[in-house]
Amino acid sequence: MPVYSIKINGESHSVEADPDTPLLWVLRDHLNLVGTKFGCGMGQCGACTIHLDGSATRSCLLKVSMVDTMEITTIEGLSKDGTHPVQLAWKEIDVPQCGYCQAGQIMSASAFLAQNSNPSKTDIRDAMSGNLCRCASYNRIEKAIETAASKMS
Amino acid sequence: MESNNKLVFSRRSFIRTSALAGGGVLIGFNLFQACKPEAKPPVDISQLNFNDFNAFIKIADNGMVTIFSPNPEIGQGVKTSMPMLIAEELDVPWDHVHVVQGALDTKNFTRQVAGGSQSIRQGWEPLRQTGATARQMLVNAAANKWGVDPKDCSTKEGYVFNSSGDKLGYGELVKEASVLEVPEEVSLKKPENFTIIGQDVPNVDLDKIITGQPLFGLDYKEDGMWVASVLRAPSFGLVLDGYDDTEAKKVNGVEQIIEFKNRIAVLAKDTWTAMKAKSLLKANWKEDTTLESTEYHDEKLLNLLNGKEFNTMRSDGDVEKAFAQADQIVERVYESPFLPHNCMEPMNFFADVTDQKVRLVGPIQTPEGTARQVATLLERDVEDVSVEMTRMGGGFGRRLYGDFAQEAALISNLTKKPVKVVYTREDDMTAGIYRPAIKYKSAASIKDGEITGYHLKEASVNSNMYGLIPNFFPAGAIENYRVDVAKYNSNITTGAWRAPYTNFLSFAEQSFFDELAEILNKDSIQMRLDLLEKVKGTEDERIQYSPERLQNVIKEAVAKSGYGNAAEGVYQGFSAYYCHNTHVAEVADVVMENDVPIVKKVTCIVDCGIVVNPLGAKNQVEGGVIDGIGHAMYGNFIFSDGAPKDKNFDTYHLIRINETPVVETHFIQNDYAPTGLGEPTLPPAGAAVANAIKAATGKRLYKQPFVNELKVKAPLG
Repeated sequence: MPVYSIKINGESHSVEADPDTPLLWVLRDHLNLVGTKFGCGMGQCGACTIHLDGSATRSCLLKVSMVDTMEITTIEGLSKDGTHPVQLAWKEIDVPQCGYCQAGQIMSASAFLAQNSNPSKTDIRDAMSGNLCRCASYNRIEKAIETAASKMS
Repeated sequence: MESNNKLVFSRRSFIRTSALAGGGVLIGFNLFQACKPEAKPPVDISQLNFNDFNAFIKIADNGMVTIFSPNPEIGQGVKTSMPMLIAEELDVPWDHVHVVQGALDTKNFTRQVAGGSQSIRQGWEPLRQTGATARQMLVNAAANKWGVDPKDCSTKEGYVFNSSGDKLGYGELVKEASVLEVPEEVSLKKPENFTIIGQDVPNVDLDKIITGQPLFGLDYKEDGMWVASVLRAPSFGLVLDGYDDTEAKKVNGVEQIIEFKNRIAVLAKDTWTAMKAKSLLKANWKEDTTLESTEYHDEKLLNLLNGKEFNTMRSDGDVEKAFAQADQIVERVYESPFLPHNCMEPMNFFADVTDQKVRLVGPIQTPEGTARQVATLLERDVEDVSVEMTRMGGGFGRRLYGDFAQEAALISNLTKKPVKVVYTREDDMTAGIYRPAIKYKSAASIKDGEITGYHLKEASVNSNMYGLIPNFFPAGAIENYRVDVAKYNSNITTGAWRAPYTNFLSFAEQSFFDELAEILNKDSIQMRLDLLEKVKGTEDERIQYSPERLQNVIKEAVAKSGYGNAAEGVYQGFSAYYCHNTHVAEVADVVMENDVPIVKKVTCIVDCGIVVNPLGAKNQVEGGVIDGIGHAMYGNFIFSDGAPKDKNFDTYHLIRINETPVVETHFIQNDYAPTGLGEPTLPPAGAAVANAIKAATGKRLYKQPFVNELKVKAPLG
């Protein structure tokens, strides 16, 4: 099996895996970074969202052989101690119910705010429409992103 | 007013204390044992080991309090709110309290029963008594030290005070308290003296959730574990008739492939390898029982509704006579599809079956029942089986069933390997235990402009409404009243889905009353209030709801939403419902954009008694309302040849953030004992939206999902 050198949260990792292995399962099963969640396996729910060179990307659709030297950030590496403004806003608003989708929500929201620091409500709703929350904590996700945006600008 | 100010309890049999070697005191109690309504104290408390308790309070000698709870958390917030009840009566500041999930500690947690939407209602008194008992022991210890009567002592924020103004911290008293007798009688605080209950307390697992720490079943792993992906029959009604695993075996990392109970399991070194190899299996299936379709179910259920074979669940007065003498009979049929649960965390479970023991780990709401089922399945003593609970990525009823845990146990038993079974989303959606498809026929007899009779018929797949439901509104409000049920037995597996039965019955009923008011030319709010007025003072003990409390949420919803005085272009729909011991009224605001109705806002009034944690409670209300709207609007689960048409989120529509209204929540302030919140705001949402869409478009909706009847692909928000 081929060996890939991939850079995650600033550290290099050597991974032996079949070329078609999705990055999601490399993270979860090979590297023990289980904050990135499996929800649908086809890029429809957003639970597996990571940053690839800063852009929100569905890691279930990304083969390990496609990652190359790109910078990967997972929820574990978004901040050292959970103090990214989006994580702090998630705490302030008390967003989660079951919590399973929230890492993916936070990764989508943080990549979005990095590109649009002063979003309208419509911008937020459009940007987050790829992330499902089965507990429907949507009102709070919207509020937390507004809170984070106001603190980041 | 219900009594929630009883001052004296004798519950010491549920509690035992012990000094800790490293300092501090450990108080053991049976969390769910104490909460069960039929709970009986163990015969001889002195014979119990600490292992016989399932929850503990540790008070360290620095005064910090740790509450160890085996509490299953499915997202309803009880891991936060239940310890709040203990801390309130213990009288410690919440920031001195640390809550630890004890589920992975098999040594200390041997008895576990999952909560449900009854957790807070049933835990309300026993959990406070536990905290009060610990508090009283600390007071007694301080009184001994000071040589004063405990009655002259008081507590506040982790300190005991005496009448001379001396104070001692709890940490200074734990050693002495641990050797005292457990008091037989303790007093509980009056609601006006609460300092923690009623405050906004964030989710205790927040930090772990937002930083991606392992919490869930899917995150669980141990050395030597194999991942199993299971191929199940693609249709209900098919059985396995041979298979070819040549290609699957060629996948690097596949350990073993086995057949069991009409299924094939692929064991591999990791999840992706197992799933990939499973997709390469070539299985033959043959028809064993009928391959059913949605059209087939529609026909069966309509035939039942129009037939004569019913079980009568409740019958008051003489419905037949009322209908025979009526000026007019109004009859409507309401229809709903099957629904999958679609927990965001797909079903999964770990099992390690050895000659010595059966070890199960994973997300499950019913660990005791699952342990018993697995013991039966493997022909083992139930004492050999341990179940450890992880946090659950959603439940909605699906994780009441231990079918996935049984699968893991069977595979581990056959292979003698530690195995974690992981479902793909397609597995999860197609091997479900669904909300059954149900149809209701609601009929009312009208005489001289009044409703004289009400006849509800239910036709459902596999099971019918539970016995309390016929005693909900309008039971007691209409003199001639009957509820009849019938069912069709299908090979499609069905079970509980968030707010079972009421999740759709509420839509039928509250749409029907809205239409009745229109036909009778009455104000729909006043008609509801008048009907409820007739229930007041009833001596019928079967009636479940309080007419006063239901009237109250209705009036409050009108006031808070401005119902009847909406702005131009805003169309409102009303709904009020009682279930799970909680009274709720909702008003949906709909606007038309490009001829498509858009739900902009829902005002939700909730009477759940004392609100233990408003921050968490509002989250439940918002989620319940949006979940109710999402499934009423979009939930379309069609069967064809025994198989679900939709298998993943590319075609199956779950509500998304850009389709979501703002939910404005108001709680009725009162001193009633608290009731559940996980479910009761979901049922009224469908009718509130349907009635608003009627106001906006003139079209009545009788069938879910609404998107099909509205002939629009997706009315986006």
